[in-house]
Amino acid sequence: MPETGRVRGVGMRRRLAFLGLAVGQLGVAACSLALFVLAVVGLGLVLVAWGIPLVVAVAALTRPLAQVQRRVSRYVLRQPVDSPYLRRTAGGPWSRLRGLVRDPARRRDLTWLGLQGTAGLVLAILAVLEGVLDLLLVFVPAGFALRLDCWLSAALLGVTEKSALALRVEELAESRAETVDTQAAELRRIERDLHDGAQARLVALGMSLSLAEAQLASDPEAVRSLLVEARASSLAALAELRDLVRGIHPPVLADRGLVGAVQALALAAPLEVGVHTGGVGPLPAPVEAAAYFAIAEGLTNVIKHGSARRAEISLSYAAGELRLELGDDGVGGAVVTDGGGLRGIERRLAAFDGRLAVDSPPGGPTRLHMVLPCASSSPKTSPSSETG
Amino acid sequence: MRVVLAEDLALLRDGLIRLLEAHDIEVVEAVDNGPSLLRALIAHQPDLAVVDVRLPPTHTDEGIRAALEARAHMPGLPVLVLSQYVEQLYARELLADRAGGVGYLLKDRVFDVGQFVDAVERVAGGGTVLDPEVVGQLLGRAGPADPVASLTPRERDVLGLMAEGRSNAAIAGRLFITEKAVSKHTNSIFTRLGLPPSEDDNRRVLAVLAYLGA
Repeated sequence: MPETGRVRGVGMRRRLAFLGLAVGQLGVAACSLALFVLAVVGLGLVLVAWGIPLVVAVAALTRPLAQVQRRVSRYVLRQPVDSPYLRRTAGGPWSRLRGLVRDPARRRDLTWLGLQGTAGLVLAILAVLEGVLDLLLVFVPAGFALRLDCWLSAALLGVTEKSALALRVEELAESRAETVDTQAAELRRIERDLHDGAQARLVALGMSLSLAEAQLASDPEAVRSLLVEARASSLAALAELRDLVRGIHPPVLADRGLVGAVQALALAAPLEVGVHTGGVGPLPAPVEAAAYFAIAEGLTNVIKHGSARRAEISLSYAAGELRLELGDDGVGGAVVTDGGGLRGIERRLAAFDGRLAVDSPPGGPTRLHMVLPCASSSPKTSPSSETG
Repeated sequence: MRVVLAEDLALLRDGLIRLLEAHDIEVVEAVDNGPSLLRALIAHQPDLAVVDVRLPPTHTDEGIRAALEARAHMPGLPVLVLSQYVEQLYARELLADRAGGVGYLLKDRVFDVGQFVDAVERVAGGGTVLDPEVVGQLLGRAGPADPVASLTPRERDVLGLMAEGRSNAAIAGRLFITEKAVSKHTNSIFTRLGLPPSEDDNRRVLAVLAYLGA
């Protein structure tokens, strides 16, 4: 084993570290044994009052212990051992228990407790002996038991195909729920806007017109003012409908595609905005809309907070991914907060498995990097070339 | 005056024909799609084309494209574009050939018949008429490198009204100043934007273009 040579070569410090870790593993193994016994007792008593809280408590204690083991394994094996847990479920003891049972990582934790409490205990004792011998007699191949122990733990505690899938399912369920919520809220907003806006204006318009009709013979002067009112109502209704349409699907996006719509957005912004595009062709309509609104939201943020004098937008398409960048020369310090504009962008992108990265040191400048995976039908043709 | 009209919604088409004919403007042909518009314009050589932005077959910006193509065939053909919404991007494209005779208005402006007919006449006469909403978007937008930034607030107001296609008399009425004061402002605007002395109408178009940053 070449690593043995290295361990010996590295000398005293590494050997002392390994001995320390072996002692630590002894502690981990002892804790595992205790927790395993408690878990078995708890599961046995699940139908009795004390069972469930006991299992939940054991799970709560197991997680940090397993995290310690992951770090040790990572250090000893020099390979990543990632944490595979699903998000903790909130609520009463029953729903928390259900959450624990549902999570494959928790079930594997339990197996690990059993193994670490028994075979791991033996291995840890051997590892300590090994470490001591290694200190006294330099030629003994060191760390074998420790490595084996860490390897076994890593195999049980790492991310498996199954837990990776479970994590993915959780992620998808979350982004779907957010998408559905956002859409429902969007529809409610549109309904309210129509109800209080254009619809109400049309009612007023109709009333003015029928009043005018009734007074046509008797009071021509009143009719004139009613007609002026009616015209004002119809203008206001049109303006409100126009704003509403822009919020649903901006006409310029339908006309000119993403590149043209972003150029129009840049032109309408109250600061100087440079637009750079490369190889972005027609994309699926939902992707274009998401990208457009993400940029629009980002630009609104720049205008609202950034105290920026200039902004740059760049769009590029490569390897099935649309990359959007929005930079400004404002004061920086932008963070994603709940209810904030950046959170909104994140939500929009999440529905397409897209990502947002914010680079905004205090004092600026700010850069937003957004990536949207998508299948472009023909990324080589630019929509502006068709308009010529 | 002879006009070719392109509008795909029958209700609005009939309304516009009625409105124009009530003001002694002859509608020589009314069409409902982009390709027929181009054919009608070439066939009739009208004094003005009144065009809806969204037309079949694409139902996108067909009207603007057909208008631009017609102007490529017939330089300076006056075109008044009507739309449910306005985009600065389209205003720029329409004005890009710097030939004047361009109008770009929200359909809502038709409600004010007097002003609408006035706009029709100005565009037919080679003037530039932009919707107040486009002009509004431009206000306060000028960057530091923009010559428009060197104008005084009053001069900007005047330039904005100029972009809406208003005459000096109308601008004077709007801003409650004398017509002489308006022409002093416009001369100062032309100087600051570096526009050489020439026919007033053409300089107005160029000033609006500078305003648009085109």
